Amino acid sequence: MTLSDAHYPDDLLYHDQHDWARLEGDEHAVFGITWYAQDSLGEVVFYDPPEVGATISKDASYAEVESVKAVSDVIAPMSGEIVEVNDSLEDTPEKVNEDPYGDGWLVKVKLTHPEERGALLGADEYRKMLEKS
Amino acid sequence: MTRYTSATADDRAEMLAAIGADSVDELFAQIPESLRLGRPLALPQGMSEAEVFERLAALAARNEDAESQVCFVGAGMYDHYVPAIVDAITQRSEFLTPYTPYQPEISQGGLQVMFEFQTAMSELTGLPVSNAGLYEGPSSVASAGYLAMAATKRKRFVVSRGLHPHSRETLETYAVGYGAELVEVGLREGETDAEALAAAVDGETAAVFLQSPNFLGAVERVEALGAAAKQHGALLVVATDPMTLGVLKPPGECGADIALGEGQPLGNRLDFGGPSFGFFCASEEQIRRMPGRIAGETDDVDGRRGFVLALQTREQHIRREKATHNICTAQALNALGAMVHLAWLGREGFRELGELLVRRTAYARERLAAVEGVELLHTAPVAREFAVRLDAPVDRVLERCAERGIAAGYPLAREYPEYEDGLLVAITERRSKAQIDDLAEALGAAIAAELGDFPVHMTGKSPEGVS
Amino acid sequence: MAMTETPMQAERAQTIYEKSKPGRRAAVLPDAEVPEPPLEELIPADLLRAEPPRLPEIAEPEIVRHYNKLSRRNFDLDSGFYPLGSCTMKHNPRLNERVAALPGHARLHPAQDPKRAQGALELMWLLQQSLGEICGLPHVSLQPSAGSHGELAGLLLTRAFHADRGEERTKVLAPDTSHGTNPASVTMAGYEVVKVATNECGGVEMDDLRAKIDEDPDQVACLMLTNPNTLGLFDENIAEIAELIHVAGGTLYYDGANLNAVMGHSRPGDMGFDIVHVNLHKSFSQPHGGGGPGAGPIAVSERIEPFLPRPQVVRREGSNGHGPSFDLDLERPKSIGRLRGFQGNFGVFVRSYAYILSLGGDGLAEASETAVLNANYLKARLAAGRAGERLPVAFDRHCMHEFVLSGKPMKKELGLATLDLAKRLLDFGFHPPTVYFPLLVEEALMIEPTETETKESLDGFAEAIEQILAEAEADPERAKQAPYTTPVRRLDEVKATRRPVVRQPL
Repeated sequence: MTLSDAHYPDDLLYHDQHDWARLEGDEHAVFGITWYAQDSLGEVVFYDPPEVGATISKDASYAEVESVKAVSDVIAPMSGEIVEVNDSLEDTPEKVNEDPYGDGWLVKVKLTHPEERGALLGADEYRKMLEKS
Repeated sequence: MTRYTSATADDRAEMLAAIGADSVDELFAQIPESLRLGRPLALPQGMSEAEVFERLAALAARNEDAESQVCFVGAGMYDHYVPAIVDAITQRSEFLTPYTPYQPEISQGGLQVMFEFQTAMSELTGLPVSNAGLYEGPSSVASAGYLAMAATKRKRFVVSRGLHPHSRETLETYAVGYGAELVEVGLREGETDAEALAAAVDGETAAVFLQSPNFLGAVERVEALGAAAKQHGALLVVATDPMTLGVLKPPGECGADIALGEGQPLGNRLDFGGPSFGFFCASEEQIRRMPGRIAGETDDVDGRRGFVLALQTREQHIRREKATHNICTAQALNALGAMVHLAWLGREGFRELGELLVRRTAYARERLAAVEGVELLHTAPVAREFAVRLDAPVDRVLERCAERGIAAGYPLAREYPEYEDGLLVAITERRSKAQIDDLAEALGAAIAAELGDFPVHMTGKSPEGVS
Repeated sequence: MAMTETPMQAERAQTIYEKSKPGRRAAVLPDAEVPEPPLEELIPADLLRAEPPRLPEIAEPEIVRHYNKLSRRNFDLDSGFYPLGSCTMKHNPRLNERVAALPGHARLHPAQDPKRAQGALELMWLLQQSLGEICGLPHVSLQPSAGSHGELAGLLLTRAFHADRGEERTKVLAPDTSHGTNPASVTMAGYEVVKVATNECGGVEMDDLRAKIDEDPDQVACLMLTNPNTLGLFDENIAEIAELIHVAGGTLYYDGANLNAVMGHSRPGDMGFDIVHVNLHKSFSQPHGGGGPGAGPIAVSERIEPFLPRPQVVRREGSNGHGPSFDLDLERPKSIGRLRGFQGNFGVFVRSYAYILSLGGDGLAEASETAVLNANYLKARLAAGRAGERLPVAFDRHCMHEFVLSGKPMKKELGLATLDLAKRLLDFGFHPPTVYFPLLVEEALMIEPTETETKESLDGFAEAIEQILAEAEADPERAKQAPYTTPVRRLDEVKATRRPVVRQPL
């Protein structure tokens, strides 16, 4: 497993509970957890995805990610309906560590309140937030 | 200085000096004065080892155990012969005294035993995943209920009356906590009423609970009965007797999602009911919901094969209120005893023992059915235990047999009022043909005496407390 | 760094299945003596098993060798120091094994007529009485099989108690330092966990407790506490805490894991607790067995008594000139019912009763005293060395029977995590203390020596810690790759959990 250095792509939006959102057009977004989150958790061993069709709400937990010694709630940056889940993580959960923003994506949603993007942080703001803590 | 400690007066002085306290009392100062007991405990003074031994031996002598009474009592726990190597191995310090294997590098002995045990139970039950043991049979049933609720998100349990009464009662007790609703399905001719079962299962049912052989000894048609569960997406939970799994079709081959039961017959003594262990096996799908400890295989940094506690994120020390169960201490040493016993029996021996049990049970059933005043309660196939009805009051008959040195069986009346004249008779490989013949004779004589056919000369001792 | 393997390391782990050879066996079974028809004549063929389970085929000498060798891959209490916090790894007396093996105990069927099991029932009753006296609560049930089973029982008793008064409450309070079994049991009993904060002295944060109760006093079913707590500190506010909970109408539950600190000195019943569980495998010397068996009897106050599990062992006065007798009471209309089969882990009761008889009231009080002395001594010894700086005690005051250190400075200054320290201790022949618990303390190390350790044993442990810290100052990497001399070295737990292999493929 190759560990990348801490990085936070500029084209993403961030939630202060260490989750990212990539907007795709006006109606859809992809969510995942940030480099910081996967680093704190350690090597991911299991991802328990929600069902396709389920509705998730901003700031609420929609799934869990497990390492050997810890379980972490995954928080939804925005509200929506799940249209796709990353099934490949069942066989290779380590992708969450190796490529948290790419192959380690968790869910794709159809947004119900696109305006919620306004409450999210930009990459710079998120980085600053991490430095402070 | 009390037994087992070593702090001499010199030690104490040195230790207090290092601590910087004048007396041990200072260390207890954090307990408010009002909460200090301030008097000795109202318990006898400590005794010498010899005296403690005499005391305990005196208590033991007032029990009529399976050495003083030929034991035909079963009801979930059986007087099997436990080979001497089980004691030799379970009494080793290295197995007897360590803690739960949280530091795997120095616990490979215990972890590998768990792995071997899991393999054995998986083989016996025909289901791929086993844990390393739970407390005992009935609470394992309750744990299965908790799992079924999590797996199906439903709350209804359909429970056969053939399930051990203790299992049904324990399930009821736990259900009050985790909020399940229980529906009981009765028996017909000793077996679960198939029609009633099918009618009782619906789309709200989380699990169907069966036992085979059931409490009355009948080998149930699990696959057929379980079809109703499958139809409605409910889990099929089957409780079973591990000693019969050498010859009976295992639950895993009959559609069970979970197979579990009382493990005592494997490598564990009667011990007046415990400690023993419960075994719990399930389909692959349920692995992350399993209760109890699970040992998993892996490698160390140098590539050596080793074992660790796996899937700990199910457990209370990580998940806390979201854990799949609350179990911490279970029954590791008892599972070791079971593994050693199974290794001793081996593949062929385990099967042979099962065959022996079935044949001796068939013989016993035939002999007893031929006794005047005894008739079979049901004629369903049996493996090692069966039920009869007596023409005389069961407790009186049992009393007479006890005076002859025979514990003739388990009376059904209290837990099955519909069989108030019922008696459950259990067979193990220790119950010889001669003992079975004796039982038949004793029952016959006791019934006749009770019915007043002729006076019977009673032998000897009267147990304590009898007026 | 090249290393020669120890002989144990060089030996590859082989399960008993891999030593199996068709045709070998250990058991010789008795002859049937009865007719031997084919099984299909007795049981329908479709209910029979086609192939026997694939158990190993191996003779007795090999079985014994296999398990003997396997046992040597274990560290155990009879061989060395085992300072696991809150586990109370005290010596397991062999007398207890001898009495538990007496046939009158070992070969007694649990469904034997109570008239013919008077010795067993009396023993249980005497144990109940003893535990009642030690806990200061008169009514005891021996049924629960372990501490967490006792916790579940206590919560179900609480539920029954409230229901009996026509109330339905939904919340159970527990400190953030509680053992994981507490919140897990709360969920199983159908309640919601509410966490209560800990103050800077390690006790319950009283303002937070009041706030959590005041939020919704009618919903507070119970508060679960350990006292001394999992930091090894006695909460001097306990009387006030009891008052607050009782006024709100809830029950107060005592997790008896730390009873070893206070036997004969203070009693949970006197502190105001309604329900107490006792871990017989902790304070009462039942061997841990590598993870059980144990027992978790509960002692309760008068108002909780009616709800105790069924059956209950009772003593009945004699009549007609006979002495008293003992019985299993099943007529308990308000009982929560059964928690398990038969009447509990009797073999464990025999051992614990023998232990109590051996020590007596005076001996138990002294055991607690020595446990507290040993813990404070070890704490002082560690503080006097490098650990004073690198592994400071989390709460700087006299502890009771255990104490918690924080590895935070060690991590920051030497780059060594508590985990690495624990693994390096294995090379020194010690079982490490409990690590990363309680969660409140960063890089926690919880140490409970117990009363059965000698001063030399404690000194040896302190010296080992000193050595490891000194080594880390010079070479931090050494501990990170530890252990070096154990039968296996650090294991890949990620692999074990990602793709679990939980049985031998056959």
